[in-house]
Amino acid sequence: MGKYEAIIGLEVHAQLLTKSKMFCACSTEFGGAPNTQVCPVCLGLPGALPVVNEKAVEYAVRMGLATNSKIAKNSVFARKNYFYPDCPKNYQISQYDTPLCSDGALYVGGRRIGIARIHLEEDAGKLIHCEDDNCSLVDMNRCGVPLVEVVSEPDIRTPEEASEYLQKLRSILRYLEICDGNMEEGSLRCDVNVSVRQEGSEWFGTRTEIKNLNSFKAVEQALHYEIGRQERILLEGGRVEHETLLWDSETGEARIMRSKEEAHDYRYFPEPDLLVLEVPGALMKRAKSAIPELPDAKEDRFVRDYNLPRYDAQVLTGSREIAGYFEAVEKALGDPKQASNWIMGEVLRELNERKIDISKFSVSAEDLADLIALQKSGKINMPTAKEIFREMVGTGGRAEKIIASKGLEQISNEKEIEQIVLKVLDAYPDEVSSYHAGKVKLLAFFIGQVMRETRGRTDPQKTASILKAVLEERR
Amino acid sequence: MPLNEHGLTELISLLQKKDITPLEIATDLLSAVNDKDKVLHAYLEVYGDELLDVAGRITRDGSFCEKPLCGVPIAVKDNICVEGKKTTCGSRILEDYESPYHATAIEKLIASGAIISGKTNLDEFAMGSSTENSAFGPTRNPWDLERAPGGSSGGSAAAVAAGIAPAALGSDTGGSIRQPAGFCGVVGMKPTYGTVSRYGLVAFASSFDQIGPIAKSVEDCALVLSVITGGDRKDATSTHSLTRDFTRSLEKGLEGLTVGIPKDFLKKNMDAEVEQNFDELLNLLRSHNVPIMDVSLPHSGYAVACYYIIANAEASANLARYDGVRYGYRAAEYDTLDDMYARTRGEGFGEEVQRRILLGTYVLSAGYYDAYYLKAQMVRSLIIRDFESAFEACDLLMMPTSPTPAFKLGEKVADPLLMYLSDIFTVPANLAGLPAISIPSGLSGGGLPLGIQLIGPPCKDETVLAAAYGLEREIGFDRKPNVRS
Repeated sequence: MGKYEAIIGLEVHAQLLTKSKMFCACSTEFGGAPNTQVCPVCLGLPGALPVVNEKAVEYAVRMGLATNSKIAKNSVFARKNYFYPDCPKNYQISQYDTPLCSDGALYVGGRRIGIARIHLEEDAGKLIHCEDDNCSLVDMNRCGVPLVEVVSEPDIRTPEEASEYLQKLRSILRYLEICDGNMEEGSLRCDVNVSVRQEGSEWFGTRTEIKNLNSFKAVEQALHYEIGRQERILLEGGRVEHETLLWDSETGEARIMRSKEEAHDYRYFPEPDLLVLEVPGALMKRAKSAIPELPDAKEDRFVRDYNLPRYDAQVLTGSREIAGYFEAVEKALGDPKQASNWIMGEVLRELNERKIDISKFSVSAEDLADLIALQKSGKINMPTAKEIFREMVGTGGRAEKIIASKGLEQISNEKEIEQIVLKVLDAYPDEVSSYHAGKVKLLAFFIGQVMRETRGRTDPQKTASILKAVLEERR
Repeated sequence: MPLNEHGLTELISLLQKKDITPLEIATDLLSAVNDKDKVLHAYLEVYGDELLDVAGRITRDGSFCEKPLCGVPIAVKDNICVEGKKTTCGSRILEDYESPYHATAIEKLIASGAIISGKTNLDEFAMGSSTENSAFGPTRNPWDLERAPGGSSGGSAAAVAAGIAPAALGSDTGGSIRQPAGFCGVVGMKPTYGTVSRYGLVAFASSFDQIGPIAKSVEDCALVLSVITGGDRKDATSTHSLTRDFTRSLEKGLEGLTVGIPKDFLKKNMDAEVEQNFDELLNLLRSHNVPIMDVSLPHSGYAVACYYIIANAEASANLARYDGVRYGYRAAEYDTLDDMYARTRGEGFGEEVQRRILLGTYVLSAGYYDAYYLKAQMVRSLIIRDFESAFEACDLLMMPTSPTPAFKLGEKVADPLLMYLSDIFTVPANLAGLPAISIPSGLSGGGLPLGIQLIGPPCKDETVLAAAYGLEREIGFDRKPNVRS
């Protein structure tokens, strides 16, 4: 029996960063007091009618263009019918057989992942279940926030690739400035469809859908879990059922949300309250001109123009802001590899630890370039440079000032170093005797003492050679 | 003659001459309501206090003729939202629902100086042809209290006919303005789809619904329509053309117009009395040298079937929001969420509404969509094409508004299909979105009013009104019902 392979497709919902909702003028801001950003339209009150937010259309067209999709001149909104208390009309306005964008693709590790469609729809409200479990409350602030749903072709083969695809998608959404990509707050949400089959087979197995994946890790874990489960079923000669599962990241398990029998019939039909959605030439032009250099193109350019390793270029271009920061540091410094090392190491670590965005980072690109330049010139050594960097992050101060105020300048004057060396050796006569008796490893000890004495400001190489010379003299 | 026996135009002219005041009209209207509406039940709610307040204020400060409608009261069908007032749609499920906003048509009426006199009765969610489907009891026909006023805008038509509203707003999805206007001997106009904003009209079937006026004369209808017409940013399906003054070209009448008669379609479907009245009208037109020609509407035989598929499909989604979660009626006892939905909707909706939701849900279901909904949309296209080719040969179509005069209360409620067929002459205009008007064309042997309908090409509302104005003059219908309380 051959190996199994997984067939994976992703459905990603991205909240668009428009100021107002998809079909009314209410604010889309996150975190308002419950039910304060609502009106008759998004509450689905009797007699209210939807009107399309043109900005949302423009944003969706940007996404379509960025993924090389076909943009439909005429697309159709449709009603998706289902009853749930977070859906005030008990139908969602979405798009069905005629989406705004179709037949696109993006690339992950050189592999083409097809994008079947990108369509516009409205978000639902949020249910809050009370603790005494005898009541539920509903907050309609999110109701009607515009979403694009990006549906991939079943071209993905591994959980890792699924995660990379999602990261690439998020990166593009953020480059386009149409979605903040915040998975924790739910502005980017992902469902996966997965089936397994014997490698090389032409048929598709029965797929399951897993919902509620709100991190890249969850996508990978859930897929590993589900692929394993399906493989075991097939190995035991069983049959995978067409089910919808809900991922629980606490337990690391998926549980059945809907069986095949309970599958919804959404009874889609064209939304009679809206006209056919036309994309006017002017809108198309605006969308086109708003598309910046995208991650793939930028990555290639970083490799080509800055001679960076592919890996560096990929990490740096993962975010448009990081890439911009890198270019600013590089411009001031003139040393791409050093700039890349510092950003990929120190800067990204600080951002991760502080959970902040580069736009909120306290060290400007110019200040970082100055710091790196000081280290390169030998004025400070690397450990000191890193210490100063942390100081800069904390206080927002500039490197030169911190060095001056703390006296952290590297001591390179040989006479000065010699004075300290003599002092240290005088303090440790026993160790000096042992050294002379052949315990040469003690050199490191002496260097350490000198560093301690100068709080790390001495040049380690110069210190070593002076130490050796003085010890020889004393033999 | 009591003031409310006058039409809108007459009242406005009297007001402009300062012969009467809005307060006198309001007082007179309230006393007429008091007299007659106990038996008619045309109103679900009368805004007595507000009517007297506003009318009193503009009478005292003399400002009432600064706006075109001069403080005249207008009644509104209870599926059109008035801010701070109940909008029940004739349904238990919205029995206590108050709208927090005005429909666009209401804003326009108020801005033009009208005072809303109250809300009129209707078939629940405008689904019906007799006003018997109201959860709050039927309205009676002012001409014969044993008979239905038609529907679904039966309350508005009865109120205008009985002189307890100078004019009213109705809504027309499959004939709901024209059929009751015909049954009650008044004028009712369904404008071209998109002429009047639907914002604030509680949706029954979105691609058909249209607000329109019911009044005593064509001129009154033209006046109200001029006020409520116009593109609306809140309604994507409204037409953003300039607001038109439909009263301006009324004098043109039937001049230069060719009238088409879809003979084949009519023959099979009229009862004898209606046919006789129709033939008399044709003779009247001939005697005035109006060119008349036969036209063919080959697919109109499928109109009722096609209409009830698409309209109910849309209704099944439009009425899904009445679920007891956020507003309106909620069942007192239930177990699960699904049980709450089922009981709320089972108890809150009447039988006809439930029937239509079920039919609409069925025709959209997986496996049936193509055979019903999609096929009906194709038929709808064919019917639109029928009209297009008919209007290449003639300017207007003329046909009876209904195949029969007003039927008795209770006569058709047991047989929904029979009830649906009373819309046979009105639904084609809704399927094609065309402007259509019904005016009184005489009395039946039993003394019941008959209605004649004129249908025009899209956006030719002005032509339809002018022709109706001319025909109205030729017919010279001047009878009024006598409502005894």
